[in-house]
Amino acid sequence: MALLEIENLRKSFRTPDGRILPVVDVPGFRLNAGELVALSGPSGTGKTTFLHLIAGILAGDSGRITLDGQDMATLSEAGRDRIRARVIGYIFQTFNLLQGFTCLENVLLGMSFGPGADPVRARSLLNRVGLRDRLDYYPRQLSTGQQQRVAVARALANRPKLVLADEPTGNLDPANAAQALALIRELCAEEGSALLLVSHDPSVLAAFPRRESLAILNQASRKGGGL
Amino acid sequence: MTLLLLVRRSLRQHLLSTVVTALSLAMAGGLLMSVWVVKRQARATFTGQTGAWDAVLGARGAKLQLVLNALFHLEASPGNVAFADFQTLSSNRAVALAIPIAVGDNYLGYRIVGTLTNLFTEAEAAPGRRFRLVGGGRWFEDGYREAVVGSFVAQRLGLKPGDTFKPYHGLNFNPKEQHEDEYVITGVLEPSNTPADRVLWIPLAGLQNMSGHAAATASDVSAVLVKLRSAVAGQQLDMLYNKQGDRLTFAWPLGTVLAQLFDKMGWFDQVLELVAYLVALVAAGSVLASIYNSLSARRRDLAILRALGARRSTVFASIILEAASIAALGMVLAWGLYAVILGAVAAVIRAQTGVVLDPWAWDPVLVIAPLALVVLGALAGVLPAIKAYGNPVAENLAPES
Repeated sequence: MALLEIENLRKSFRTPDGRILPVVDVPGFRLNAGELVALSGPSGTGKTTFLHLIAGILAGDSGRITLDGQDMATLSEAGRDRIRARVIGYIFQTFNLLQGFTCLENVLLGMSFGPGADPVRARSLLNRVGLRDRLDYYPRQLSTGQQQRVAVARALANRPKLVLADEPTGNLDPANAAQALALIRELCAEEGSALLLVSHDPSVLAAFPRRESLAILNQASRKGGGL
Repeated sequence: MTLLLLVRRSLRQHLLSTVVTALSLAMAGGLLMSVWVVKRQARATFTGQTGAWDAVLGARGAKLQLVLNALFHLEASPGNVAFADFQTLSSNRAVALAIPIAVGDNYLGYRIVGTLTNLFTEAEAAPGRRFRLVGGGRWFEDGYREAVVGSFVAQRLGLKPGDTFKPYHGLNFNPKEQHEDEYVITGVLEPSNTPADRVLWIPLAGLQNMSGHAAATASDVSAVLVKLRSAVAGQQLDMLYNKQGDRLTFAWPLGTVLAQLFDKMGWFDQVLELVAYLVALVAAGSVLASIYNSLSARRRDLAILRALGARRSTVFASIILEAASIAALGMVLAWGLYAVILGAVAAVIRAQTGVVLDPWAWDPVLVIAPLALVVLGALAGVLPAIKAYGNPVAENLAPES
């Protein structure tokens, strides 16, 4: 059974001049449990919007997203929050760490909205990503590569069934990017999490056996839409 | 736990505005509690001072002035009472005890009051409490230039038994108007927390016959303190002196007379209370403004929290809790401020009247006012919380690719 199944998902935005701009128009997409998939697409093809729709951060105009057996459209907002906290781990291009919180607290906070804060697991994950001696550091005290590793630990902390990674190496130098990518793949494999990674970087995409092109999936981008 | 962590970190991140806002709330809370407690304690304590006496007889005039002069040693005497009037009153069967007092002199600004020794031996300093001397002293003897000094005066002027002093004429200190008569202190009163603590007591005849006082009124007294046998007696004497007579004033019942004082000061209480409420409103406004303004800088953090799975209600609650926490912090400071304000006010009231307020006495307002202000603070957080509640997640996360 597919972990994630998308049917006829459409999302449009209204532009400042009043036009309706279609951004996502995906007739079908499936992702199985534990599967690692890279989604390619140049800027403006709606990659982030697509991930936000899957995560329930945005609601689609029409279509169906079934995640872990739940139709996202039928869930209340609180229900979608719950799914996001328990089923999804999100890695952002800009890391999105909370600046007022230490590394350990960033991970614990991510856990607290899901099954509950588990300091032992949080420490173990930070140890796993090589930040054993940076637990009490604030994000501003870390390098960008280290910040991304905290973000990876946070995304994996709740043992999510699905990890969404939005250009996770976009802000890193090639060496750090390779390390981060390897780490994400390893951790997803260890936790049995499926990974849906979007990137426009060919070297990143090359690391994945299954690659999809959002430009091909997404009819909206072919019609000239997309963000 | 998550909420507390969020709130704690947010308060720390906005430390300056947190402290300034908490201080403004502390000011409101401290002021509100102080006004309330001073008002309540002052009324109770002033009224309590009259408990040892039922009435005061004095010259025709305002009852309040008479009571303030005779019992609280404030204000000028409204006039004199002939000694014969005192004798007539004291022989009245309705009267249990009548003690004359005479005023008109001071020592370095503290009042000298002439009276009879039986003020100390037969009357009470306060209800259920006799006058007592600090060890080693004795009461003055009528007819001698001797004095018993109140504890506050003794402490302030460093007086002790065996010391001497020369009174000054008038109720206000004027160094050019010193009498020749010299008095020896025979005793110092134990603190009674009453206006008696601020007085130098000398024999009635001593004050009446002080060098330079008018010989024609030498036998007059300023007022007569009265203890009645019953409430009916008060009505009889009220009829006799106030309604049928026109020479003297019989101030009775004292509680009612003193109530006039607080009625007259009521506007002042109300102004202070109004100021405290306004400060509270301004402080609540500053809570609102402080958190509301900080939201612009926190939009991304809030969006991240939501992206991690925090519910809208969690975000809403964290803002409300943050506002309430600022108010709670303010209330901790408010108790300290209250102690400082009340300590200062109590010192002034004690110095001016001898009446002692207790800053540490329990009063429900010490809990009710802080609770109300914490609730007000939490309410001030509602608008920012609504804004945070509606914070769009996708728009405030990282720039889209």
